Amino acid sequence: MTKKKSGSFQLGTVLALVIMCVFLAIANKNFLSYSNLMSVLKQTAFNAFLATGMLLCLITAGIDLSVGANAVFCACLMGCMNKAGVTSGILMMVVCIIAGAAVGFLNGTLLTRLHLPHPFVSTLGMKNVLWGMALLVTGSQMINNFPDSVQFLGKATISGFPVSFIVVIVLYVIMHIFLSRTALGRSIYCAGGNMEATRLSGINTANVLTFCYTMSGIMAALGGIVSVGRSGICNGANATQPYDTDAIAACIIGGASFNGGKGTMVGTMIGCLIISVLRNGFTLLSIESAIQNVVLGLVIILAVFMDVVRGELEAKRRRLAAAK
Amino acid sequence: MSEYVVELKNILKRFPGVVALHNMQLAVKPGEIHGLIGENGAGKSTLIKVLTGVHLADEGEIYVNGEKRVFKNPNESAAAGIACVYQELNIEKLLSVTDNIFINKWLKKGVLLDYDTMHKRAKEVMASLGQDIDPSKAAGTFGMGVQQMIEIAKAVLIDAKMIIMDEPTSSLGEKEVEQLMRTCRELKSRGIGILFVSHKLEELFELCDRVTVIRDGEYIETRDIQDWTNDSLITAMVGRTLENQFPKEFGTKGECMLEVKDLTIGGVLDHVSFKAYGGQILGLSGLVGAGRTETVRAVFGADPIDGGQIFVKGKETHIRSPKQAIQAGIALLTEDRKGQGLVLPQTIRTNLIMSSFKQHSSGPFLDEKKIEQTGMGHIEALRIKTPSIDEIVGQLSGGNQQKVVIGKWINADADIYIFDEPTRGIDVGAKVEVYNVMNSLVKAGKCVIMISSEMPEILGMSDRVVVMRGGRVMAEVDRDSKHFNQEDIMKAAWGGSLDD
Repeated sequence: MTKKKSGSFQLGTVLALVIMCVFLAIANKNFLSYSNLMSVLKQTAFNAFLATGMLLCLITAGIDLSVGANAVFCACLMGCMNKAGVTSGILMMVVCIIAGAAVGFLNGTLLTRLHLPHPFVSTLGMKNVLWGMALLVTGSQMINNFPDSVQFLGKATISGFPVSFIVVIVLYVIMHIFLSRTALGRSIYCAGGNMEATRLSGINTANVLTFCYTMSGIMAALGGIVSVGRSGICNGANATQPYDTDAIAACIIGGASFNGGKGTMVGTMIGCLIISVLRNGFTLLSIESAIQNVVLGLVIILAVFMDVVRGELEAKRRRLAAAK
Repeated sequence: MSEYVVELKNILKRFPGVVALHNMQLAVKPGEIHGLIGENGAGKSTLIKVLTGVHLADEGEIYVNGEKRVFKNPNESAAAGIACVYQELNIEKLLSVTDNIFINKWLKKGVLLDYDTMHKRAKEVMASLGQDIDPSKAAGTFGMGVQQMIEIAKAVLIDAKMIIMDEPTSSLGEKEVEQLMRTCRELKSRGIGILFVSHKLEELFELCDRVTVIRDGEYIETRDIQDWTNDSLITAMVGRTLENQFPKEFGTKGECMLEVKDLTIGGVLDHVSFKAYGGQILGLSGLVGAGRTETVRAVFGADPIDGGQIFVKGKETHIRSPKQAIQAGIALLTEDRKGQGLVLPQTIRTNLIMSSFKQHSSGPFLDEKKIEQTGMGHIEALRIKTPSIDEIVGQLSGGNQQKVVIGKWINADADIYIFDEPTRGIDVGAKVEVYNVMNSLVKAGKCVIMISSEMPEILGMSDRVVVMRGGRVMAEVDRDSKHFNQEDIMKAAWGGSLDD
C-alpha cells in the first residue's frame, strides 16, 4: 500500500468534507449544534457497516449489490421472529447475523465455485431475491415493538453520543489493522490487483473471495440491526432504497477503485461522513427530496469520474517517472 | 509490372533497445505459395506486422506490383491488397458467418443492411473455398477449419493480391489441413500470392514453391523448394555460432527431486514423463506450443490433469492447487511475468512475501520488520534497482520485475524451481544475473527446471535437456551426449528422431 500517496489523496477528501461542513455551518446555525452532529453520526453508522463489506468486495475487484437488500431482509427476519412471539432479542440477532452471513457466503460461492461471471450480475439477482424474501417473511407489513436488546445498538446513546457509532469506530480500527497487518488482509489486496498471480503464489483466492462476500453479508446484518434500533421498525419495502449505491459511493469517494486492489478503512469512513453530511445538509436547508436524489446521483457519478481521473493521473505520473 | 506481387527490400525495424529486423528481404510472386520459416524469435511476427502495416519499418522499401508503398496502418496495407490470416483468428463467434465476412463492408439497401445479397455472396465465396455451409449460422458453431476459411473469405472479398497465413495449420485437424491445402492451391491458381508461415517442414515441402529462411531478424536465404532438404533448412535456421554469454557453473547431481510419469491432459499433453535431479538444471526445449508451459503448469497444480503421477523426492504427491505445490516444495516462475507473476499495483514489499506469508508472520500479524529485513536482503543480493522497498512494482523495469518474482520464490524456500522463459524481455545484464541465481540454486543442491525457447540459453545453462513436441517428450539429451548441440535438439523439436 502506498502510504504517502493515499495519504495525500485522503487529504483532498478530508478537505472536501471540511468545506462542506463550513458551508453548512454558515448556511444554517443548527448544523454545528451537538444534537445535529450526533444525528449525523447516527445516520452514518448504518452506511458505515454496509460500506465495510462493500469495501472488501471492491478491493477484490468485485462488488456486492445485495448489501442493502440483505440488511433489510435480515431486519425483516427479526421482525418475523418478533411477530411469531420470539421474545429473546439475543436469539433474534444471532439468527439475523447467521442469515446475513449465509447470504454473503452464497454470493461468494456463486462467484468462486459456480464461476458465475462478474458478481455484478449475481449480487444484483440476489438483491431481488432478498427484496422478495423480506416482503414474504413480514407478509409485506411493517413490524414494530422490537425487544430493547435488539434496539439497543441503533437507539442507545452515551450522553448523546450514539452507541452505534462507537461500535463503528471499533469496527473500523479492527478492520484497518486486519487489512493492513494480517496475511489474509494483504491477500485481499493481492487478489484484487492480480487474481491469477495471487493464485499462482499459493493463495487460495476462491477462499479469499468467499471470505470477503461472507463478511459483506455479516456487515449487512449488523446494519440491519442498527436500522431496526434507529427507526424502531422493519419494512421489507425498504429493500429498494439506494443503500447499495450509498455504500459504493462512500468507498469510491474514499479511494477504492472498481478495478480493485485499492481502498482503505480511513478513506471509506471519510466517504461515509461526506454522504451523511450531504444528506443532513439537504434536510437542514429543506431541499425537497426530488432535488436530493438528483444531487446525490450526481455526487456518485462525480465519485466514479474521480476514480477514472485518478487512474489517468497515476498512469501519467508513472510514464513520467519511467521516462526519467 | 514487376515480377513480384509484394517485395520487401532491406527492411530495418528497431524497437527500444533491440533491432528486430535488419537486412530483411522477401519477394512473393503472383500465383506462388511462398514458405517462410525461422526459429522462435527469428522475427517472423515482426515481419508480418511490417507487411500488414501494424509496424512501420524504420528503413527499407515495400513494393506492391512494382510500386513503392508505405503502410502507416493496417487499413492502408489492406487497401493495397495484402491480407493476413492470423494464428489467433479474428472471428466474432456469436455473429453469423455472413456478418463476419462483411464486417465493416456491409452491403446496404438504402439505410438497411441487405442480408439477402450478403448471405448469397457469402455462400458463394465459402463454396468457392470448398465450404458448403449455411452462412446465416453463427460462426462459433463451426470448427476451426471453417472459421479459418471465413478469414480467407474476407481476404478474397477485398480482392487480396497476397494472403499471409501465420501458422495456419497449428490448430487444425488432419482433414482440415488437407482442405486448407486444397484451398491454397485454388487461390494460387487464381494468381494470388500466398505467404505460408509454418513450423512444419513437411507442409512446406508438400505445398510451397519457394521457401525463405530468416534468423535473428535477418534474411538468410530463399531457394526453390526442390533445392532445400530437411537438413539444409534446419542448418540455415539455427546456423549461428554460440558465444559464451552463459556463466554456467556446475553443481553435484543429487537425488531425483521430481519425477513426472505419464502426465496427460486430453488434447494437450500425451504421457509426458521425465526426471529432474537436485544440483542440476534441466532444460525443457521445444517450439512454441510444444506443451512445455502446460507441463509445468500441470506439475504446479495450476491446471487440472487427466492422468499421470508426480513424485516429489520419490514420494507420490497429489497436487491439485498451487498452494499444495508450494507446500510440496515447488516454485513456478511463470512465463507471463505481468499477467501471472506479479501484482503490479502493489509494492515490492507485498509482492516479495506473497508466497511466504506464514514465514513472515508472528502470531496473527505480518512481521513488517522481518519482511523489511529479508526484502532489503533480496534487493541487495539480486541488485533490484529501486528507490525503496515500498515502490510500486509496476513502475520497475522488466529485468527488475523479474528479480522481484525471483525474490518472491526464494522467500518460499522451495526445493524445485521451475523457470518458464526466465530471461524473456529483459536486458543482457539482467539475464546474466538471472543465470547466476540459477547457478547458486543448483549449487545449494536445489533442482532447477528451465523452459527456454532460445537454443543458446538451453545449451548454455542446462545439464540435461528434455525436448518436447506436440505435447510429447521427443528426446532426452545429456550435456556430455553427442546430441547436445543445436542441430540435433532442433531436429528433435521439429519431429525428427535422434539415432545413436
